[in-house]
Amino acid sequence: MMDTVFSFVPIWAAILAAGIFFYVLLDGFDLGVGILYGFEPDVQSRNLVMNSIAPIWDGNETWLVLGGLALLAAFPLAFAIVVPALYFPVLVMLLALVFRGVAFEFRFRDVEHKTFWDHGFCYGSAVAAFAQGVMLGSYIQGFNIQGREFVGSSFDFLTPFSLLTGLALVFGYSLLGAGWLVLKTEGDIQERARRHGRISLIGVLVGIGIVSLWTPLVSAPIAQRWFSWPNILVLAPIPLLTLLTAFLVWRALGRDTHAGPFIGAVVLFALSYLGIAVSLWPYIVPHSFTLWEAASSNSTQAFLLVGTLFLLPVILVYSGWSYWVFRGKVRHDIGYH
Amino acid sequence: MELDPLFLSRLQFAWLIAWHILMPALTVGLASFIALLEGLYFFTGKEIYFRISTFWIKIFSVAFGIGVVSGIIMPFQFGTNWSRYSDVTANVLAPLFAYEGLTAFFLEAAFLGVLLFGRKLVPGWAHFFAALMVAFGTLLSSFWILAANSWMQTPAGYQVIDGRFFPTNWFEIVFNPSFPYRFAHTVVAFYITTGFVVVAVDAYLMRKRASSAEARTMMSITLWLLTILVPLQILLGDLHGLNTLEHQPAKVAAMEANWETTSGMPLILFTVPDDATASNRFTVEVPKLGSLILTHSLDGTVKGLKDFPADQRPPVALPFYAFRVMVGIGLLMLALVVSSWWLRWRGRLFDSPTFLRACLFMGPMGFLAVLAGWTTTEVGRQPWVVYGLLRTADAVSPSLTGQDVLISLLLYMVTYLIIFPAGAWVMLRIIRKGPRSADEEPEEDPLIEGGRPSQPVTVEFTPHGGA
Ligand code: HDD
Ligand code: HEM
Ligand code: HEM
Repeated sequence: MMDTVFSFVPIWAAILAAGIFFYVLLDGFDLGVGILYGFEPDVQSRNLVMNSIAPIWDGNETWLVLGGLALLAAFPLAFAIVVPALYFPVLVMLLALVFRGVAFEFRFRDVEHKTFWDHGFCYGSAVAAFAQGVMLGSYIQGFNIQGREFVGSSFDFLTPFSLLTGLALVFGYSLLGAGWLVLKTEGDIQERARRHGRISLIGVLVGIGIVSLWTPLVSAPIAQRWFSWPNILVLAPIPLLTLLTAFLVWRALGRDTHAGPFIGAVVLFALSYLGIAVSLWPYIVPHSFTLWEAASSNSTQAFLLVGTLFLLPVILVYSGWSYWVFRGKVRHDIGYH
Repeated sequence: MELDPLFLSRLQFAWLIAWHILMPALTVGLASFIALLEGLYFFTGKEIYFRISTFWIKIFSVAFGIGVVSGIIMPFQFGTNWSRYSDVTANVLAPLFAYEGLTAFFLEAAFLGVLLFGRKLVPGWAHFFAALMVAFGTLLSSFWILAANSWMQTPAGYQVIDGRFFPTNWFEIVFNPSFPYRFAHTVVAFYITTGFVVVAVDAYLMRKRASSAEARTMMSITLWLLTILVPLQILLGDLHGLNTLEHQPAKVAAMEANWETTSGMPLILFTVPDDATASNRFTVEVPKLGSLILTHSLDGTVKGLKDFPADQRPPVALPFYAFRVMVGIGLLMLALVVSSWWLRWRGRLFDSPTFLRACLFMGPMGFLAVLAGWTTTEVGRQPWVVYGLLRTADAVSPSLTGQDVLISLLLYMVTYLIIFPAGAWVMLRIIRKGPRSADEEPEEDPLIEGGRPSQPVTVEFTPHGGA
C-alpha cells in the first residue's frame, strides 16, 4: 500500500532507540540518586544528594515524554498495544513520578510537610524504577494479541519474571545513582555511595544472570538467535564484555577514581540494552509486529522528522551545556540552611 | 452494579485534563505578562517593573512545575485508556502531539532556566529575550495541542483507509476549520484568566497596604489590558459559536437546549432539559433573541436536535449549563471592566473598597470560565471523539475492565487532591508575602542549590502558616 522504496523506519527506529536509551541513563541515574537518598543518615547529606541532581532532573524526565510521543508518532501500533497492556505499571510509574517531581519544588517551600515530601521523593523514585523494570519484563515476555489489539487482562503483567526485572532495575538504577554520587560528591557521602554501589552491582549481576538464562529457556526463537551457529560467535562478546565491565566497575568502586564507576555503569547498561535488542530484533511488539508493520505512514514520519531534526540537536547541545555548567563537586559550603 | 470502563475512562480523562489545563491557563498568560514587564524594565529602566516581574516569576515557576508533572500524564492516557483512538488517529494526530512535546522541551531546556535563574548571570537584554522566548514557547505549545483538538472537532485534510485516518494535506490538518477560532478564543481566555488573577492579587495587596506602589502599577496596567481583551473575547466567542453552528450544528443545538428546528428561535435563559423525552421544563426565555444571536436575523432558522438521529445527539444539560456559566462569567468580567473605566475617570480606581472586593471575587473566575467552556466544547462533541467519524465508545482500550479504570481513577483523584492544593498553598504563600517594595532591602543572595542559585522562591518559615 505505502511505497516501500524509501522508508523512514530505520531513522525513526534509531531516534527512538537513542531516545529510550537516553531516558534510561539520565532518569536512571537521578531515580537511583532518589533511591539512595533514603539511605542518607542526616539532613545535610540528604540536601547535598538532592542538590546533585536538582538542576538537571526535569530535563532528564522530559525524555520520557519524548520517547512516548515518538513511539506514538512513528510506531503507533506498538503504542496502542503495549501501553494498555501495561496499564497498571504505567499508572504506578506516573503517580510515583508526580510525587517525586513535586518533591523538588515543595520540599523547601512547604517546610511544614517536609518529611512527607522527603518520603515522596525517595519512595517515588524507588517505585518508579521498579514499575519500569516490571514493564521491561512484561515487554520481553510478550503480550496476548488478536488482530491489532491487546486482548489480555490488565493483570497479565504480573509474573515472577517481571517482578524479577523490576527488582533488577531498582538495583541497576541504584548503581547508576551511586556512580553519579561518587562523581559528584566527596567524603562520607562518596564513601557510602561506593558501598551502596557494590551492593547494587551484585543485585544487578544476579538480575542480568537470571534474565539471560531464563529468556532463552522460555523462548525458543531467542535461544535460536543466541546459540545457533555462527551467531554464537558474533554475539558471544556481549556477555563476555558484560562480565568484564562488571569486574571493572567493582574495582573502580573500591579505588580512588571518581568517574570510573559511573562510566562503567553506563557501559553495563549499554551492553544489556544491546542484549535485549538482539533478542527482540526486528520486532517492536515482541513476537508479533516488526518495526515495519507497526510504523506510521511515510507522510506522518516525514512531517515529524523535519522538526525533530532541527529541534533535537539543539536540545542535545543545550542539555550537554547545562551538564557542563553544573560540572564538578556539589559542596556543603554553598548549600543552604 | 456493572462498572463501565468507557464511562470511567471518560471521567478519568476529564479529571486529568481539567486539572492540567488550569496550569497552562495561568502560565501562558503569566509568561506573556512577564515578558511585557521585562520589556518595560529593559526600555524604561524603572526598578519597579523589575520588582513586579521578579514576584510573578516566582509564581510562574511553581505553576509551570505542576503543569509539567500533570502534563506528563496526559499523552500516556491516549495509550492506557484510548488505545483504539491511538491506533486509528495516530497517523494524523501524533505528530501534532509530538510537536507539542518537542516545543515544550525545547523551551524548557533553552530559555526557562535563564528566565528563572539567570537574572544575575546574563545581561539585561538576554534576560528580556529569554522572557520573550518563554512566552512564545507557551503559545507554540498551545498552538499544537489546540490544532490537534480542533482537528478532532472539525477533521480535514485526511483520508480513511481500512478504518484508519491517513494524512493527505498537513496544512489543512493543522489549520482545520475550527482551529483559528479555538486558538484565538482560548489564548485570549488564558490572558484574561491571568489578568483577573493579577488584579485580584493587587486588590489583596492594596487592602493590606493601600499605598503599595507595586500593586497600583500592576493594577492600572492590567485593567487597561483587560479593557481591550474582555470585549475582544466576547466578539471571538460569538465568531467561534457561528463557526460551530456551521460545522457542528448538533453541539450548538445542545448548548441552546433547542429540540425543534424553528425560525425565530428564543434564547433560553433557564430550563431543565430532558434527553429521554427530548423536551424542556421550567423554561424561561427571551423570544427571537436566539435566532438574532446565531443567524444575526430575528427570524433566522436554527436546526433543532430532533433533526439528528437519537444516537448522534450529545447530552444536553451539561453543555447548556456550562455554556451559560461561561457567558455569565464573561458578562460579569465586562461589568467589572466597565466599572473600572468609571472609577478611573473619577480618579478613585484604588480607593473604592467595593471595587477591590469585587476584584478579589473575580480572581478565580477565569479558571471557572475556562473549565466551563471546555466542558461545553467536549461534551457537546459527544458521542464522537473525531466528529462524525469515530465514536467515543469505539475509541476506548478494549482490554480494560470497569475495575481497572476505577482503581486508576481513584488513585489519580487522591494524588491530584494532594498535589494541586499543595501547589495552590505554596503560591498563596508567595502572594501573601507580595513583591518587594522600593524601601525594602533586596533579598540577600538567593540560596544556592546544586551550584546554581536555586530557589526563585524562598518563603520564610512561619510555623503553621497562620492562614
Ligand atoms: C476566560 C474565559 C472565557 C470567557 C470569558 C468566554 N469564553 Fe467562550 N470558551 C472559553 C473561554 C471563555 C474556552 C475555555 O477557552 C473555550 C473552550 C474551547 C474553546 O475554544 O474555548 C470556550 C468555548 C466557547 C464556545 C464553544 C465553541 C465550540 O465548542 O465549538 C463558544 C460558542 C464560546 N466559547 C462563546 C463565548 C461567548 C459568546 C462568550 C461571551 C461572554 C465567551 N465564550 C466567554
Ligand atoms: C487540547 C487537547 C484535548 C484533546 C486532544 C482532548 C481529547 C479528548 C478525548 C480523547 C476525550 C475522550 C472522549 C470522551 O471522554 O468523551 C475527551 C473528553 C473530554 N475532554 Fe477533552 N481533549 C482536549 C482538551 C480538553 C480540555 C482542555 C478540557 C478542559 C477541561 C477537556 C475536557 C474534556 C471533558 C470534560 C471530556 C469528557 C466528555 C464527556 O465525558 O462527555 N478536553 N477529550
Ligand atoms: C490532551 C491534551 C494534552 C496533552 C497530552 C498535554 C501534554 C503536555 C505535556 C506532556 C506537558 C509537559 C511538557 C514538558 O515536559 O515540559 C504539557 C505542558 C504544557 N501544556 Fe499540556 N497537554 C494537553 C492539554 C493542553 C492544553 C489544552 C493546553 C493549552 C491550550 C496545553 C498547554 C500546555 C503548556 C503551555 C505546557 C507547558 C507547561 C505549562 O505551561 O504549564 N496543554 N502538556
